[in-house]
Amino acid sequence: MKPAPFKYYAPTTVPEVLSILKEHGYDAKVLAGGQSLVPMMNFRLVQPAVLVDINNIPDLSYIQNYEKGIRLGAMVRHSQAEHDSQIKERVPLLHETMPQIATTQIRNRGTIGGSLAHADPSAELVAVTTALKARFKIQNLEAERWVPASEFFVGLLMTTLEPEELLIEIEIPGLPSRSGWSLKEVARRPHDFALMGVAAVLTLDKKDRCQSARLVYLSAGDGPLVAEEAAALLQDQEISEDLINAAAEKAATEEIDPGSDIHATADFRRHLANVLTRRALAEAYQRAKGGK
Amino acid sequence: MENTFAISVTVNGTPYQRSVDPRTLLSDFLRYDLGLTGTHVGCEHGVCGACTVLLDGEPVRSCLLFAPQVDGHEILTVEGLGTLDDLHPLQEAFRETHALQCGFCTPGILTTLLPYLEENPNPTEEEIREAISGNLCRCTGYQHIIDAVKLAAENMNP
Amino acid sequence: MTYKVIGKRVKRVEDPRLLTGQALFVGDVTLPDMLHAAFLRSDYAHAKLISIDVNLALEVSGVVAVYTAADMGDAWEPGPPLVSPPPTLENVVFNSRRQVPLVKDKVKHAGEIIAVVVAESRYIAEDAVEEILVEFEPLPVVVDLEKCLEPGSVLVHDDLDTNLAAHLVQNKGDYESARKGADLIINRRFQLDRGAAVAMENRGIVADWNEKNQHLTVWDATQSPIPIRNGLAARLGLTQRQVRVIAPFVGGGFGPKIMMFYAEEMVLPWITMKLGVPIKWIEDRRENFYATTQEREQIHEVEMALSKEGHILGIKQTIIHDTGAFNPYGLTTPLNTQSHSMGAYDVQNYSSEVIVVFTNKTIVTPVRGAGRPQGIYIVERLLDIAARELELDLMEIRRLNFIPPDAFPYEHKIIDQAFVPLILDSGNYEPAFDKALEMLGYEDFIKKEQPRLRAEGKHVGIGIVPFIETTGVGPYEGARVSVEPSGKISAATGVGTQGQSHMTSFAQIIAEHLGVQVTDVNLVTGDTAEFQWGTGTFASRGAVVAGNAVNAAASDVRQKVLKLASKILETPEKELELEDGMVRVVDIPDQSISLGELALLANPLRGAVEPGTEPGLESTKYFGPAFGATAFGVHGMILEVDPETMMIKIRKYITVEDCGTMINPLVVEGQIHGGVSMGIGNAYYEKLHYDENGQLLNANLADYLIPGSTEMPHIDVHHANTPAPNNELGTKGVGEAGAIPVPALFAQALENALHDYELEILETPLSPNRLYELLHKQEDPS
Repeated sequence: MKPAPFKYYAPTTVPEVLSILKEHGYDAKVLAGGQSLVPMMNFRLVQPAVLVDINNIPDLSYIQNYEKGIRLGAMVRHSQAEHDSQIKERVPLLHETMPQIATTQIRNRGTIGGSLAHADPSAELVAVTTALKARFKIQNLEAERWVPASEFFVGLLMTTLEPEELLIEIEIPGLPSRSGWSLKEVARRPHDFALMGVAAVLTLDKKDRCQSARLVYLSAGDGPLVAEEAAALLQDQEISEDLINAAAEKAATEEIDPGSDIHATADFRRHLANVLTRRALAEAYQRAKGGK
Repeated sequence: MENTFAISVTVNGTPYQRSVDPRTLLSDFLRYDLGLTGTHVGCEHGVCGACTVLLDGEPVRSCLLFAPQVDGHEILTVEGLGTLDDLHPLQEAFRETHALQCGFCTPGILTTLLPYLEENPNPTEEEIREAISGNLCRCTGYQHIIDAVKLAAENMNP
Repeated sequence: MTYKVIGKRVKRVEDPRLLTGQALFVGDVTLPDMLHAAFLRSDYAHAKLISIDVNLALEVSGVVAVYTAADMGDAWEPGPPLVSPPPTLENVVFNSRRQVPLVKDKVKHAGEIIAVVVAESRYIAEDAVEEILVEFEPLPVVVDLEKCLEPGSVLVHDDLDTNLAAHLVQNKGDYESARKGADLIINRRFQLDRGAAVAMENRGIVADWNEKNQHLTVWDATQSPIPIRNGLAARLGLTQRQVRVIAPFVGGGFGPKIMMFYAEEMVLPWITMKLGVPIKWIEDRRENFYATTQEREQIHEVEMALSKEGHILGIKQTIIHDTGAFNPYGLTTPLNTQSHSMGAYDVQNYSSEVIVVFTNKTIVTPVRGAGRPQGIYIVERLLDIAARELELDLMEIRRLNFIPPDAFPYEHKIIDQAFVPLILDSGNYEPAFDKALEMLGYEDFIKKEQPRLRAEGKHVGIGIVPFIETTGVGPYEGARVSVEPSGKISAATGVGTQGQSHMTSFAQIIAEHLGVQVTDVNLVTGDTAEFQWGTGTFASRGAVVAGNAVNAAASDVRQKVLKLASKILETPEKELELEDGMVRVVDIPDQSISLGELALLANPLRGAVEPGTEPGLESTKYFGPAFGATAFGVHGMILEVDPETMMIKIRKYITVEDCGTMINPLVVEGQIHGGVSMGIGNAYYEKLHYDENGQLLNANLADYLIPGSTEMPHIDVHHANTPAPNNELGTKGVGEAGAIPVPALFAQALENALHDYELEILETPLSPNRLYELLHKQEDPS
């Protein structure tokens, strides 16, 4: 289990990275935290000819406030985000998500940008950034563009990133007042990839009715799976147990598209989605009511 | 070798300069290039935690890093804790409580715990279980390790 | 007997080395000019090998050699049969088929070796492996334990007309007559699946042929260095003195690190003798899942006959045991299942048939428990079912059937893995059982706590399961103990060490006899140059068999010390005591002589060693038990289940363990904790998923789930002590015990937790997904 040979670059600026990527195109792979890429390389499932290590770029590790929320450099490590007080205050869902991702050692090295660019449908950050309507700043040598999370993930381990592009920043807006959130998942062992998970975000109006709802699932399809119809059931309604059950049923049986593998059948995953949706919505609702 | 990469790294306080094939895993670099075989390799896919070392003070999987990535950085391995005659209090606590059997996973657990105990001087059993949940041990069922961490916490932070 | 050192919670002497990264494991061995091997393994589970082209691999810079089966010539031969069927068994069919070093004509399981690359580094060797071109003709694959016996089934071994690897029947009493008098007959089919041992250290070998000395040194992460040495010498045409096998610190064994031989153990010594340079191979985790042996896959068709009062009148079963593609380990595992299917109970009528089958899967040999967990699972599950049908208390039905304390030694009259009729040497089951109930708070839980929890909507169940474990079987082990002029004690034994604390517990035995500090004993295990007679570490026998050999040798050295000291101090032996490295006259402390001085005097440079005596203060002794020492225990748990997510939490876990005299309780507790963790894995986490093509779908540690710290409960251990009557120390083994009752216990507690679903669990391991399926079936009978 040793990786195949590659040519190694350790650029120190973004433009340098972009020009190396432009030169090597599909032959190159960006090395961020490497916590998903390197295992695949050790198994020789991935054999990039060129490895572009972006760990030496100092200015991609910032966490900044902006008027609506938080901006994260793509190289912010999981552990950095986990312990950041601004994130805790302004994007509590993200704060609560961090310790649920893998293990301490992995979080010390893994990066937010790396996880998103890897686009594993069982990754918490993929679902959570989608639920929070994050958007991603992407650059190539010539230009930059912003892509909303809902358009960034296009398939199993696939994003809209072109070979010559680099993910630079993740912008996550905070939630309006009277919002509640929840991330619920079931994993065999706490740090394993979840068999099923759901990120729920709920905002109430002044009369305690649902102003907006968002349910995004992980391990439920080829990418983050947004249950729009289930959310629509909640829209403008008073939240009740029956309503939550109906939304959970809708999402679990009609909207998500989980696969079967050795750990869980699609049937079990749908069942779990139903259970977790109920629990997540109940928690999000409680939090929204308790909020200002 | 197609391309070699010159690196300078400080390991356990000693500076080293080496030229490496960039694909060399940090675990292999430590074990073969530097002869520091205390860092063990159990899975080479980032799950078992046996190869955990401290990179600039933080526990990381050395099987998921390439040697050039530690150029200019500081590494601490198990060899950087106590010595045979003068064990670190954490090591002493492991001995006291029989927290190791075959001892293969132990170096990675010690390096994981070292910064943890500095930041968490008085952890509960549940917190300790969480702290070592990235390290697999097949011999101990973890119970004596938990005893060791409690004892070390007492001894290190009297 | 009161001891000063034996039985104490002594800190381990091996720990400082392990804790500081100074302990030598095979992977740490680096020699000048050493080359590295990597193997090309078959992806197919069953395929004809048509052709191999290694030319491109040879062109890779840094590659020294590439070998296939054809290159081995006459050196190509299968491994020897490691364990034969007991010659004492009658009417046994045994078709011996053993693993090969490199595949010659047909691949029989995924992971078998097609070719080996030798290169300057493991990286380069793996590069070259990818350049080897192989043409296979894939064949239909045999994976199912029952279909493989159907007429017309594809054959794993073409030179056999069947996939039957072995067949045997053992009877005790007369089951059919007993059945006629039964009030209740229970028939069930049980399905038990495969797991892996997953020692944290994978296997590894460094082989070094020294042409000038004509000597081969092999560092091998094995549990049985001496048989490996003997076998290699025979295989390579060398004398045993020309071969030294060292099992240094070994990072966990759990059974699979005994083989003779693994393919790699045949190939590396052959290469080093061919190339004249040291060769290293360290198994990687993926290889470990394909190439290291596995266990536990069996199907049982069982019948239990009972009286209406709940007495077991008899058991009848057919066991289909999957041995994988080869059967080098004989019948050890199914024999253990056979003998342990009667558990701790007085079963007078037993009829059991064992059918062993070949499949296109990795070879099966014992893994911690070695067939015993399956046996205990069967009998304990049946008793749970019987109790429900007879409306008896689950605990009472066990009490009713325990072998009573005055029935020992209890003859089971069937041949077990030790090749002799199974005799349970000793036991006292009911007090241990009572203690377990008390520790778990059984009565209180059932009467008060559980109703309260159920009212809150919680699903919390309780379980208690007793078990026996035959341990400490022969043939023998030996030990040498020697007092050195420095006053230190050097000692050696043939068993290897994979974490069992031998260097400490054996030192305690020596310290007890010689009055030295444990740290003054330097004990070597697992090096054939230090001790060359013995078998290995298996069957929970180290402390029993090697321990008693150490005890005999240390006791003998003590006699020699006393005899010499008596002469020099001019004092009768019975007035001497051994303390603090000195021999002293009791009550006259300044009349003394140190052990070191005595050692010097016992090995004079002039004068004469008297006829009939030997120089030095040294002794070598052997211990070979006629039959094993039977340990006993009871485990209990309180288990919470979320019937929506199928997630579990073990709220409480207790064990009562009777392993006779304990040498070091700290070590015993560690063994139990570790065993329980493997048992919990076997109950709910660990399953090797083979598909219909014989492909292992979870050959990595992210998908093969061993329990981590967050899955393990705190375990309360209580020690009972029924000393083994047939060895001086009174010890019984405990290495495997922890793992044995857990799947049965988990099933009982789970059924109890989910009482409203009326589950009947007949399989292990379970998983959340499988539990969901079982519950779903209950909810929706369609």
